[in-house]
Amino acid sequence: MRNERATQLLFELSHPGRGGAVLPACDVPERPLAELLGAQHLAAGPPPLPELAEPEVVRHYANLSTLNMSVDTHFYPLGSCTMKYNSKRNERVAGMPGIVDLHPYQPESTLQGLLALLYELQCYLAEIAGLPAVSLQPAAGAHGELTALMVAAAYFRDQGRPRTKVLAPDSAHGTNPASAAMAGFDFVTVRSTPAGFVDLADLEAKLDDQVAVFMITNPSTLGLFEHGMREIARRVHDCGGLIYLDGANMNAILGIARPGDFGADMMHYNPHKTFSGPHGGGGPGAGPIAVAARLAPYLPTPVVERVEAAGGLPPRYRLAYDRPKSIGRVRSFFGNTGVLVRAYAYIRTHGPEGLRRVAENAVLNANYLLSQVKDFLPVPQGDRCTHEFVASAAKLKAERGISAMDIAKRLLDFGFHAPTVYFPLTVKEAVMIEPTETESRETLDAFAAALRTIVAESPELLHKAPHTTPVSRPDEVRAARQPVLRWTAIK
Amino acid sequence: MKPEELMYAKTHEWAHVAPGAGGAKVATVGISAFAVEALTDLVYLDLPAIGRQVTAGESFGEVESVKAVSDIYAPVSGEVIEVNADLPEHLEWLSEDPYDKGWVARIRLTSEAELKQLSDFATYQRQCEEEQH
Amino acid sequence: MPYIYNTPADQAAMLAAIGVGSLEELFASIPEDYRLRRALDLPPALGELELTAHMAALAAANSSPHDTVSFLGGGSYDHFIPAVVDYVASRGEFYTSYTPYQPEVAQGNLQAMFEYQTLICQLTGMEVSNQSLYDGGSAATEGVLMALAATGRRRVVVGESVHPEYRRTLETYLKDLDAKLVTIGTPEGTIAPKDLAAAVDEHTACVLLQQPNFFGALEEAEPLVKIAHDAGALAVVAFDPISLGVLKRPGDYGADIVVAEGQSLGTPMQFGGPYLGIMACREKFVRRLPGRIAGETVDRRGKRCYVLTLQTREQHIRREKATSNICTNQGLFALRAAVYLAVIGPKGLRRVAELCAQKTAYARERLSVGGRLRPAFKAPTFKEFVLRDSSGNVDELIGDALAEGIFAGVPLGQWYPQLADCLLVCVTEKRTKAEIDALTSTVAKKPPAKPTEVARHA
Repeated sequence: MRNERATQLLFELSHPGRGGAVLPACDVPERPLAELLGAQHLAAGPPPLPELAEPEVVRHYANLSTLNMSVDTHFYPLGSCTMKYNSKRNERVAGMPGIVDLHPYQPESTLQGLLALLYELQCYLAEIAGLPAVSLQPAAGAHGELTALMVAAAYFRDQGRPRTKVLAPDSAHGTNPASAAMAGFDFVTVRSTPAGFVDLADLEAKLDDQVAVFMITNPSTLGLFEHGMREIARRVHDCGGLIYLDGANMNAILGIARPGDFGADMMHYNPHKTFSGPHGGGGPGAGPIAVAARLAPYLPTPVVERVEAAGGLPPRYRLAYDRPKSIGRVRSFFGNTGVLVRAYAYIRTHGPEGLRRVAENAVLNANYLLSQVKDFLPVPQGDRCTHEFVASAAKLKAERGISAMDIAKRLLDFGFHAPTVYFPLTVKEAVMIEPTETESRETLDAFAAALRTIVAESPELLHKAPHTTPVSRPDEVRAARQPVLRWTAIK
Repeated sequence: MKPEELMYAKTHEWAHVAPGAGGAKVATVGISAFAVEALTDLVYLDLPAIGRQVTAGESFGEVESVKAVSDIYAPVSGEVIEVNADLPEHLEWLSEDPYDKGWVARIRLTSEAELKQLSDFATYQRQCEEEQH
Repeated sequence: MPYIYNTPADQAAMLAAIGVGSLEELFASIPEDYRLRRALDLPPALGELELTAHMAALAAANSSPHDTVSFLGGGSYDHFIPAVVDYVASRGEFYTSYTPYQPEVAQGNLQAMFEYQTLICQLTGMEVSNQSLYDGGSAATEGVLMALAATGRRRVVVGESVHPEYRRTLETYLKDLDAKLVTIGTPEGTIAPKDLAAAVDEHTACVLLQQPNFFGALEEAEPLVKIAHDAGALAVVAFDPISLGVLKRPGDYGADIVVAEGQSLGTPMQFGGPYLGIMACREKFVRRLPGRIAGETVDRRGKRCYVLTLQTREQHIRREKATSNICTNQGLFALRAAVYLAVIGPKGLRRVAELCAQKTAYARERLSVGGRLRPAFKAPTFKEFVLRDSSGNVDELIGDALAEGIFAGVPLGQWYPQLADCLLVCVTEKRTKAEIDALTSTVAKKPPAKPTEVARHA
């Protein structure tokens, strides 16, 4: 239960002389710091951090936590983010000392258990993607996109015909164009049809021998499977380009269809979505990529290799750096291992049948919820979806002045996290709902009932929603006009 | 300045041309009231650098609301010789007084012929009406 | 399946409500010939008990500081983590929530991030911090990209004493952009001011330094920053957060952009990630800062609260013109860093830093007795130092130490051919005198090389 008294910042709670963790006495002879480090490098004193007693720190953060909605406490149908249950067994196994406390530069002989796990995970991700080569290095989905585009750039450079353009549909995540720019490409948007699919004529018009990559999210951000995928791939391949699949929505097709089988040359996974890594209030994620064989030489180093048993020695695993065509590194150290270990545990827990069930139930839950809301909250794309759907409040807005934002804010009063709103950009007053497979029919019914109630409520009530949360409708204009980005003693 | 006396770009910038020092014509440019209204709740303005050479139609500044960014396009070609340096601190001038206190920059023209590309007030008004539908 | 509610009865009722006859029908939009008509080739499902046993067996096949004394550093450190850090980060309201898109139900995360930003500013002496990037290497890279954008210049100067993996990352990123990376050698283990002065010019966007540097040595940061500024370039400084318990803050010696690997602040080593990319800068660069930023405001009732702000910098709005493609922060590790700093406080941080420096000095001296090993560089060192093995066989030394249950250090030959006989040794506050002495006696078991060998390296 929230303690209403606890609203102060750490800095306002600070009292000189308080706190300070007890550290051991120094067991080696101490010498003056100026002698050890050089007087010119020394600060006059420690940095001006707050001084707090330990119980106060605990109470502060425990109370702050009660101001958050989370998957553990609330239904969280945030479209495109796949907020599914975060398994507690995964937390425990990933926290085992022999896994969580490993140093990245330990000798390989002391890492064989972890390297075996990572090697196996590379194989699993290759199998699920239908693409044979995997890099576990990227730190997030957007980082995976960037890495794959760098791989593509290196591939074309190596062929002696560098290319300049990356294409993606207008419904794409903003990371697609941003990653293209960071990889040095010009970005070109391809239009979608009113039904939400790639406009083939527009694609055709924009394809030429300078197109390196067409990036596509499939299933799309609209919760539609791009049924013309092979035709799109054929056209892109015919002009020598590559298909990149944004794997944000793999939850919908696990074990049902594989990107490599329907035309993709490269893809990234969001293991924090598909394989249930906790989202941590914004991160960490991971963004492993899988690519076709001809792109494998360009993957970042290192990759994990298995050295088969020989001469009476068991098989062993090594980190391979000796890949002359590799683009190099895209980060320090190996990768977001902690997230990858959870993904491994998730895949092992489910097995092939279980992963397929995940997709089936994610799609079932989304279609069921769609069927329960479409009569009062129109879904322009139609009656079927994959793992998520995008409803539109455009009609409500025109007729009664109720916006997607009003609906989102009012849902909070009903104890539900809001769906994603105003994305994708191609749907007016978009309300993007992704229930995931780890929710019950009762929860989906209750959510649909809340929505039904809300759309009939008075616009005045909705414009001021939420009414029951600790704060309501923060002034974002003020925050952006006069940014206050840190606490200072004197205002 | 009266909006009826200004010239407008399709991208919603206005221009007022007058003779400048040394004979070359100078355009004072800004953003139309229609555009400012559509942008809502402005939070930030990025002015061009003085001395920058711009081409008509080129983005030479940016204006931001909380969740959108819009380019400001140069309505004429030439050199930026002055900017309204107080404007970023007084974004309200853009909506309260877009044609006087809300001016953005002055550009010394390199081509007067280009001015023919701009619309007069009546034409611009028709464009705005169409965009509202 | 353990995490799915739907029973066959639920499924039947839901399918009926949708108006389809089978689950298969829901996938009708995926053309038949795209489908995988076999089971995925993956191992069969494991129950919780089996999974736990399997993972325990994998974990047992690794060594960790729980069974092996670790002198490993090089950017990932075995520092002590107070229990409060684990407690806070294991609260589900923190670790199972997401980006605060709805500030009304995310004030916990937003306030924690606002506090994190403030703590980073206090720690570094900078004016603005973001909510973190992926890790130290990506923060250093983003810092350089920011300097390129801010100055409009296309040259980047970096010392060889900067973490080799940060430099390698930077190289990868710059390859596809129109920018040149100039690396200056550091034969003495630190950047010589005259070398830097010779390397910077009017095309230099920034100088990237690391303090303490990859070798654990202290750069003459103040004059180096001045050299950068004199050429009109920015100074991007990668710092070690723990070292700021005793060292001058980069903000106090003129850094424009600071970056760090924040793992030392309460995040376990977990084989290199996920970590915490710290990034802060001067106020004038705030609109070029990548990543999320929390800001203070008031709600409609006038109550103080926090929101994500200045979002127009980011990819979801500015798309290909964004400051970066980054779409995440390392929220959970930024939280851990904030809790670490809150619980350890200024005096505690100073004490951790002092212990590192004292024990490092002791180890450096002890390990050099006997003549086999000697410090490779003269510059003062904070919590790491480079030793040259006169026997020339670092791998053997590492193997011998491992046989005694010790990770002796990180061999440098993999990044620096000229340092193939060198070892980077790290001593955090967790190492004891007894452990340092144990490493010393392991080293002493092998006699020093012949005097001529030693002389060659002197």
